[in-house]
Amino acid sequence: MASQTSTPLEYSTKQNEMNILGFWIFLGAEIVLFSTLFATYFVLEQSHAGGPTQGDLFILKDVLIETFLLLTSSFTMGLAIHQMRDNNKSAMLVWTILTLLLGLGFLYFEINEFIHYVHEGLTMQTSAFGSAFFTLLGTHGLHVSLGIGWVVLLIIQVLRRGITAVTARKFFIVSLYWHFLDVVWIFIFTFVYLKGMM
Amino acid sequence: MKKQFPLNHVVGFILSVVLTIFAVFIALETDFTTTIKLWIIGAFAIFQAFVQLIMFMHMTEGKAKVANIINISYSIFLAVVIVAGSIWILTTGHAAH
Repeated sequence: MASQTSTPLEYSTKQNEMNILGFWIFLGAEIVLFSTLFATYFVLEQSHAGGPTQGDLFILKDVLIETFLLLTSSFTMGLAIHQMRDNNKSAMLVWTILTLLLGLGFLYFEINEFIHYVHEGLTMQTSAFGSAFFTLLGTHGLHVSLGIGWVVLLIIQVLRRGITAVTARKFFIVSLYWHFLDVVWIFIFTFVYLKGMM
Repeated sequence: MKKQFPLNHVVGFILSVVLTIFAVFIALETDFTTTIKLWIIGAFAIFQAFVQLIMFMHMTEGKAKVANIINISYSIFLAVVIVAGSIWILTTGHAAH
């Protein structure tokens, strides 16, 4: 009831508002960081130096599994925040743990994909395409790994302290980070994988 | 019973799934030229990104929403300049020698 009419808990103090705005500004910097990696990839994507090409490597099924795992995890994270705003701690934690499992599944498939590429003969040293590809995908995967650790720490904090103005703000911020990783993945999926398979 | 159905999230999720499947279909199952396909799937990607920014990330709520929108718009502007500018300069031959 309170969540529909009044300000959500995560915005309830001046400090919280400033922290959330500050995190949005960080995400702005992240957009620019990823744009430089995308620019590098687009400039170098045809420089195969005799090594494997996108067409040799990419498998639609594996890419779709990764895409839907990450997209669904973004959705479940949104539902966790929805439950947090209803002050329903156990439902919030269930959705969060589901988010974590989907995120881990994504990482599992991505690591397997990298191992597959190395077996096919593409490493960071093979070609400019290889360097740009693994830097872009690796930076994204590292962000997901970091996000998983961050979410685990916050689950512990919510278990011990419950949903307070402080934990709600922290959880809202980690949800922004998690959704942002899926937004980056949309562009990786479209302009790296689909473009490479066309 | 839930106090409020998370309509925004469900709509955002369904739109994202549909856009992803459409993009795969356009890219791999149609006979358009590569340039046209890239414009179409690129538009889908941008649309999906906005769906998620607004429906999942609540970009337009909170007291700082105007600052948020200015900040993200400026970041998107920088990203477009960096990506389009790099491709333009490095593929039109200005940097060939």
